[in-house]
Amino acid sequence: MHLKYESQLREPLVYGDKTYHQVTEDIVKPIEAKPTKLWYIGFYISVALLLFGVYSVYREVTYGIGQWNLNKTIGWGWDITNFVWWVGIGHAGTLISAILLLFRQGWRTGVNRAAEAMTIFAVMCAGQFPIFHMGRVWMAFFVLPYPNTRGPLWVNFNSPLLWDVFAISTYFTVSLLFWYSGLIPDFATVRDRAFTKLRKRLYGIASFGWTGSTKHWQRHESLSLVLAGLSTPLVLSVHTIVSFDFATSVIPGWHTTIFPPYFVAGAIFSGFAMVQTLMVIVRKVFGMEDYITMGHIEAMNKVIVLTGSIVGVAYLTELFMGWYSQNKYEGYTFWYSRAYLFSPYGWSYWGMMACNVLSPQIFWFRKMRRNLFVTFFMSIIVNIGMWFERFVIIVTSLYRDYLPSSWSVYYSPTIWEIGFYAGTFGLFFTCFFLFAKYFPVIAIAEIKYVLKTTGEGYKNKMGNIEEQKLEEFVHEQAHH
Amino acid sequence: MAKKKFVVGCFDDEAVLFPAVKKVRTSGYKIHDVYTPFAVHGLDHALGLRETSLHTAGFIYGITGTTTALSCISWIFTRDWPLNIGGKPHFALPAWVPIMFELTVLFAAVGMVLTFCYLCQLAPFVKKHHFHPRATDDLFVMVIECTDKTNTDDLKAFLTSNGAVETDVQVAEDGWWLGRYDKDEMPFENKEIVAA
Repeated sequence: MHLKYESQLREPLVYGDKTYHQVTEDIVKPIEAKPTKLWYIGFYISVALLLFGVYSVYREVTYGIGQWNLNKTIGWGWDITNFVWWVGIGHAGTLISAILLLFRQGWRTGVNRAAEAMTIFAVMCAGQFPIFHMGRVWMAFFVLPYPNTRGPLWVNFNSPLLWDVFAISTYFTVSLLFWYSGLIPDFATVRDRAFTKLRKRLYGIASFGWTGSTKHWQRHESLSLVLAGLSTPLVLSVHTIVSFDFATSVIPGWHTTIFPPYFVAGAIFSGFAMVQTLMVIVRKVFGMEDYITMGHIEAMNKVIVLTGSIVGVAYLTELFMGWYSQNKYEGYTFWYSRAYLFSPYGWSYWGMMACNVLSPQIFWFRKMRRNLFVTFFMSIIVNIGMWFERFVIIVTSLYRDYLPSSWSVYYSPTIWEIGFYAGTFGLFFTCFFLFAKYFPVIAIAEIKYVLKTTGEGYKNKMGNIEEQKLEEFVHEQAHH
Repeated sequence: MAKKKFVVGCFDDEAVLFPAVKKVRTSGYKIHDVYTPFAVHGLDHALGLRETSLHTAGFIYGITGTTTALSCISWIFTRDWPLNIGGKPHFALPAWVPIMFELTVLFAAVGMVLTFCYLCQLAPFVKKHHFHPRATDDLFVMVIECTDKTNTDDLKAFLTSNGAVETDVQVAEDGWWLGRYDKDEMPFENKEIVAA
């Protein structure tokens, strides 16, 4: 039994005096309506970007890695920067859907579906980079450990790059299962109110024959809770393992023990920024202001200022350790290659500092947290800053080796490197536009579950409960 | 599968549903199931359903993953092909922790979802009888299985007196079969949709 009571002091999570049916209507409306012009324009731009990306990748596969400006010693450039950036973005979705579920944060219900979708699409984009960075992409299956005719020659289980293979593929699979198991009941809702045969048929297939039986719901609840419990350490492990790609090496600037927590905080930071970018658009375009409220936006901005500050502390700790270790290579990397503004890549370090550490501090002010323009603008700034962070970590550590004779020439990307990155944007937004059109962007069943505790109309009626005597309250609540 | 006769009562509020479930059960009727648009907490207990053991299955799948990873990697690196990596020990347990952990999570998640689908008989192309199309929208649909002695009119009146907003009698199969949904009734068929 759960008490249908929540303090009136808490902001409602669903505005308006909604019934269960109204919730269905509101959320399913974009699926049943014809897409707007804006949707088509956005979709075509995304597909165009995706096609450009496909062509860029085609050139890379045909002519080899030489299509990119990677050199000696910068063997990892835009590709691995983009990989880490996309994986990081994915993390917010799992944080919202899993960690906030375990922490019983009610506001997650409004944004979890779209955030999980974002996770899946971001991980799909991320996966492209290490795969195509292999060069001979047709041999990508060599990373899988299976009894083969080459010995059998096994993969190196002690290598962080192999841990990455396991971590990213597990992360993708588990996120997909978590997302889809939550979608099944909502697909059933869409199916049962479908008005064309094709819709009935397709949503009928997608909903797996869901009926809403009590026993099924009981198992569904158990499944969601355990998947959330599994995803929570999983999401932490994934970015920890990504940071091991760097931290277990002996390159000055990479060889630090602070990397795992620093990477995880950064991932949540950039992921929440991407969720904000998407949510500000989704709530406006689909008229979801009642479900994705200013309270939701504010809560996410609080996470951004917290994680942004954690990342800031990590930057300063690194600088301090660069001096305190008295290791001249560490000192050179941190104090010359990065922090010195007029060093070749100093601009990227200070761009990162400005975007990630200084600018999010604006969210200490409530007015700014609840301002949509500021939120949207900052969400873009943060993601630019987090891209700079990965670029700084990778390129400024690689471009000057121990021997001045092997210092590399200045690295800037070719159009095909940029095209590959643009292509993943195309992939991400193409998927997201299709998701927004054909999938319920808000978890219908979960909103209905919290409606009578956190809906505005129901909360207003709770004023009476606050004045009730304890015995009356208990008596009334205990009848079922 | 054999067809059975059911009396269906629809409720529009879970606060009305709970006392009704209690009354129907104490009156000796057999509730086939209650279909709800979302997970109503406590309804499983009110119906006398036992707790699910799905999480136990998840634990077993999880440790299967752990042992699979540990046994495979240790066999490969100490027996099948002991690779010399900088003179470090062949049995390098700490370096295997990440993969052991990932396989634990992977096995548990995949196993649980498959078990969930098997137990609930959910799969693409599966079709089941729906007692009310609004059961996934806003109605709580209580379905009572009839015996030879059940007086359906009495039962319908009993449900109405306990707050049911709609009642009817249906003869239906209670299992699942492979089928499509496009021949079902479409209560929303003639709706005019205004672009969002």
